[in-house]
Amino acid sequence: MDILNKISEHLQLGDDEKVRIFTKEAIKAKISPKEILNDGLIFGMDIIGKKYKAHEIFLPDVLLAAKAMYAGMDLLRPMFIKEGIPTIGKVVIGTVQGDLHDIGKNLVGIMLKGAGFEVIDLGNDVSPSEFIEIAKKEDVSVIGMSALLTTTMPFMKIVIDLLKEEGLIGQIKTIIGGAPVTEEFAREIGADAFGYDSINAIEKVKGLTGMT
Amino acid sequence: MKMKIIREIVEIRISDIKLEKANVFKNQDIPLNREHSLKVETLFTEAMELFIEFSHPKGLVSEIPIPEFEVVYFGEGLNEKKTPLDEIFKKADYLALFAVTIGEKLSQKIGELFELDEFALGSMLDAVASEGTEKVADIVENRFSELLAKSDEITSSTGILRYCPGYCGWHMSGQKKLFEFLHPEDIGVTLLDSYLMKPLKSISGVIVIGEKEIHNFIDSYAFCSQCKTHFCRDRISELFRE
Repeated sequence: MDILNKISEHLQLGDDEKVRIFTKEAIKAKISPKEILNDGLIFGMDIIGKKYKAHEIFLPDVLLAAKAMYAGMDLLRPMFIKEGIPTIGKVVIGTVQGDLHDIGKNLVGIMLKGAGFEVIDLGNDVSPSEFIEIAKKEDVSVIGMSALLTTTMPFMKIVIDLLKEEGLIGQIKTIIGGAPVTEEFAREIGADAFGYDSINAIEKVKGLTGMT
Repeated sequence: MKMKIIREIVEIRISDIKLEKANVFKNQDIPLNREHSLKVETLFTEAMELFIEFSHPKGLVSEIPIPEFEVVYFGEGLNEKKTPLDEIFKKADYLALFAVTIGEKLSQKIGELFELDEFALGSMLDAVASEGTEKVADIVENRFSELLAKSDEITSSTGILRYCPGYCGWHMSGQKKLFEFLHPEDIGVTLLDSYLMKPLKSISGVIVIGEKEIHNFIDSYAFCSQCKTHFCRDRISELFRE
């Protein structure tokens, strides 16, 4: 469909204004919000993800596309809520206790929303108990944790241990990331996945939620 | 003749900060030799303008005798068993603790941009800010070196490198004793319980001045296998470049 192709193309160009215009046109043309999202916006972001992995484009291009994605989604969101259409999954993210770095976490949140997930961003300096409390309350599929200090990484294990105590291991998956975090550390503490950058994190979350 | 102990708050003008675009782009995963879009160039230009508008660079440097640094370096006793700096600092001619920051306002601006969905500009500004903070540290390092040079303490065989807690086996908790000695709160930098500095875009550590050879080590320590960057290689190569 031509309008959906235009949404996808302009999203890939990072043109949020054009995405907004064509999304409005698509809505006016009575194309379903789900179709606009999947075949216009997410389709475009998937191409962006592939081009980034192939080193054809770079982080700024991805983020410009994400902004364009948000422009389209802002118009669709009220329709999703009205029609009771669920997102593809719910993820809670945050930077762990004692840590105030949030750029990496923010990038993951942006990309998760761009992929169609509902994201609850707890911000930074998030205590283990807060991760668990919100994860349970919001019935999320995944907890995503970021740390940029070696001194705060241990809090990631505490969150996983709390999940074990509550009998939620397997029901709620965990993914961790951040500059000092490694695959080995993720294995040691029992995390379900490690994301080495924001694009990789999205792929891993999709895997954890069965969306790949 | 040995100089009296130096401690100085270094005044830094924004115009003194010479950012390297290559380093900013590297932070954004953009290789400099690859073509990138005009939009990326525009983002960089806008980020530089915001950097000039919102940063408030400050630096502090204070010479520290080797025995006192030994206490600072031991810190809370959490360093790796063997580290490069264990041997390096003992061979130094001079040591100086330092702290630099580009201020809180720039971090706040980065946060605001993300809240306004200006992700690309926020991310680029964050990269510019990180590079800017390193360049402010270079300025402070050079300032200390100039002070020593006035008394002919620097020769052609002198090598100057800085080392920071959190890298190369020096545990982050090393910040605690470093802060107790240096008092970076004099330039508005404080230390949180997690050993995180506020403002976020701040750096602290030790400047080591001595024969170039003292800085030469091989990255074969136990923790080196966990390091994602091995920046030490470039730093050491740069020191020995003619």
